[in-house]
Amino acid sequence: MSTDVMTEQPLLSVRNLEKRFPVRGGLLQRPVGWVKAVDDLSFDLNRGEVLGLVGESGSGKTTAGRSILRLIEPTGGSIRFNGQEITGLGTAEMRAQRRRMQIVFQDPYASLDPRQRVRDVIGEALTIHDIGTRADRRDRVAALLEKVGLSADAMDRFPHEFSGGQRQRIGIARALAVEPDFIVADEPVSALDVSVQAQVVNLLGDLQRELGLAVLFIAHDLAVVRYISDRVAVMYLGRLMEIAPSDSLYERPRHPYTMALLSAAPDPDPDAPKSRMLLDGDVPSPMNPPSGCVFRTRCPFALPACAEPEARALREVAPGHSVACIRDDVGVG
Amino acid sequence: MDADLTLDIRNLQTHFTADPGVSKAVDGVSFAVRRNETLAVVGESGSGKSVTSLSAMRLIPTPPGIIAGGEILFRGRDGQVRDLARLSERAMRSVRGNEIGMIFQEPMTSLNPVYTVGDQIGEALRYHQGLDRRAARAEALAMLKKVGIPAAERRLDEYPHQMSGGMRQRVMIAMALACRPTLLIADEPTTALDVTIQAQILDLMRRLQEETGTSILFITHNLGVVAEVAHRVVVMYSGRIVEEGDVRSLLKSPRHPYTRGLLACMPHLGQRRGDGGRLYAIPGSVPSPVNRPAGCTFAPRCALAEPACLAAEPVLEPVGPDHSARCRRWRDVQ
Ligand SMILES: Nc1ncnc2c1ncn2[C@@H]1O[C@H](COP(=O)(O)OP(=O)(O)O)[C@@H](O)[C@H]1O
Ligand SMILES: Nc1ncnc2c1ncn2[C@@H]1O[C@H](COP(=O)(O)OP(=O)(O)O)[C@@H](O)[C@H]1O
Ligand code: SF4
Ligand code: SF4
Ligand SMILES: [Mg+2]
Ligand SMILES: [Mg+2]
Repeated sequence: MSTDVMTEQPLLSVRNLEKRFPVRGGLLQRPVGWVKAVDDLSFDLNRGEVLGLVGESGSGKTTAGRSILRLIEPTGGSIRFNGQEITGLGTAEMRAQRRRMQIVFQDPYASLDPRQRVRDVIGEALTIHDIGTRADRRDRVAALLEKVGLSADAMDRFPHEFSGGQRQRIGIARALAVEPDFIVADEPVSALDVSVQAQVVNLLGDLQRELGLAVLFIAHDLAVVRYISDRVAVMYLGRLMEIAPSDSLYERPRHPYTMALLSAAPDPDPDAPKSRMLLDGDVPSPMNPPSGCVFRTRCPFALPACAEPEARALREVAPGHSVACIRDDVGVG
Repeated sequence: MDADLTLDIRNLQTHFTADPGVSKAVDGVSFAVRRNETLAVVGESGSGKSVTSLSAMRLIPTPPGIIAGGEILFRGRDGQVRDLARLSERAMRSVRGNEIGMIFQEPMTSLNPVYTVGDQIGEALRYHQGLDRRAARAEALAMLKKVGIPAAERRLDEYPHQMSGGMRQRVMIAMALACRPTLLIADEPTTALDVTIQAQILDLMRRLQEETGTSILFITHNLGVVAEVAHRVVVMYSGRIVEEGDVRSLLKSPRHPYTRGLLACMPHLGQRRGDGGRLYAIPGSVPSPVNRPAGCTFAPRCALAEPACLAAEPVLEPVGPDHSARCRRWRDVQ
């Protein structure tokens, strides 16, 4: 990353983002509680930057990604995109912004309408945003298909005629059709076979660089995330545990949860050290998260002070490297 | 069959009627699992891993499927060898869940939602081992403790849906091992779990194996998991074995371009795009068993393919001690 990009105003600024879902129960399906799927999430994303977002299932990654795009409505916090606060925007104003922010979904099977031909899957956003004439759109779809490594005649076929990897390429072409500045890629390769994952990761990487896209890359495969990301954020139970440039996060993780995640990732090298930090137990219920540091019920380093509200604070421990942990004496080195 | 083998599968053929023709989902697969050994079967989706394990348990739905050929030799607790491919369904019922334990990817599909965990583990013990209710309950409790379920006394009376995915998988393991099987078949047992839970379960399975000596047939698509659990490995591609060997030599010096490619596709934790590198990618996708290319199945995706590769399928040949590969050019795979 060049320094002039760093000093520029961020493309996206998320502050104290919150999304609560009502939990319903009983015969009448009355709300019986709340889940804070995303709680007090703040970060910046620069133009052309890739921010990885990791954490186990249920940690709030998808909810965060969708709230930022306002595909679901956040219940609190602020989202500034291109200098404009978008949380209060009405439908028409939001449509103008949405052209610049797109999403690629995890499941290439479920996310494409099986009744639409590929040309309509990709061209739909062009129609919605009134971009180009009919003939222009056709050319544009053809060019997009070629850009994602498919042939232009794919446009007359239906999604089910393609393999998982090819469908994900179609999903990427659809997201790129309106020339966005920012993409949320929510587990874009998780459903694909290993040999196909690499093809799609390379494609995303190439396009990101060529088009100068900012990407929020959500995944649970830590190696893929490090490969593609400039910075990485780690979530647990809806909260941000650590955020840092990729190298710092992977080489000098400061949060015990990040350390546990890294040491749990299975490595195909038989000589890789097998000594690992095994966490006890399961993620607690998100309806009833622990007080203070939400990780404390599984943290091998927990102290009594970790139950205090102050333990939630994120603090900067190195340039661009922030961590939500009160301890300074674990894991350095 | 050698005295130290628990399972010896020879030239297994499992086919499905397809429209049109027949899908040879497993086409001439042979491998053996020794006592005290974990054998991993690894491959991408559709390569025939699950069909292989379901064949070994005789759980292939017929029709459309059929075990069309081969032997599945299995040594039970009494030391006797039987060919499961030819065993009556009645005799199979006393093997499944008793002499062969099973764990699947999604425990909810094999746990009964309307019975407590204690009743389900106890049921297998009563049915297969003739324990009375009280003894079965005591043994079920001991098993839950053994697989590391906290507050096991309370959990015994809970229903599967009251537990997390990791807990349910522990229950499955407890149930699978309750009757002290000589073979445990685990089909992607950690694929649906998060990595920190996966690490717990792999650790548990390793420990239990050391303790009990049970042979494990471990099916996975994840080479990282293979390195964690396996002693030996079989790599499947489109219904065929393309490489097999001891875990170290196979992962350290793979001799089949497919295995080599799978390993190269996985970014190492230290690999960065910023360094200018693209990930190695295998072009194309796995062929369907209905449309298997002639000659070497991998040829359409192989960078080393030469005309001779298309003419005839290569044989699985020795490439080192306890290591074989099905490739004409294995010497050129670095
Ligand atoms: N529509 C919803 N209604 C209620 N709870 C939800 C909804 N969507 C997500 N959640 C809950 O929010 C939490 C975060 O979920 P999610 O964002 O999907 O996590 P991730 O993508 O990290 O797996 C989970 O506890 C999940 O059950
Ligand atoms: N019940 C079935 N009917 C028809 N074909 C099947 C059935 N089960 C599996 N197959 C086919 O057998 C092949 C191998 O499948 P499977 O063993 O499940 O692969 P893996 O477990 O390696 O992902 C696939 O092509 C699949 O479509
Ligand atoms: S604040 Fe305490 S409980 Fe939380 S991660 Fe740090 S040491 Fe562990
Ligand atoms: S036999 Fe030929 S095509 Fe097949 S894997 Fe070896 S080199 Fe490649
Ligand atoms: Mg998600
Ligand atoms: Mg399978």
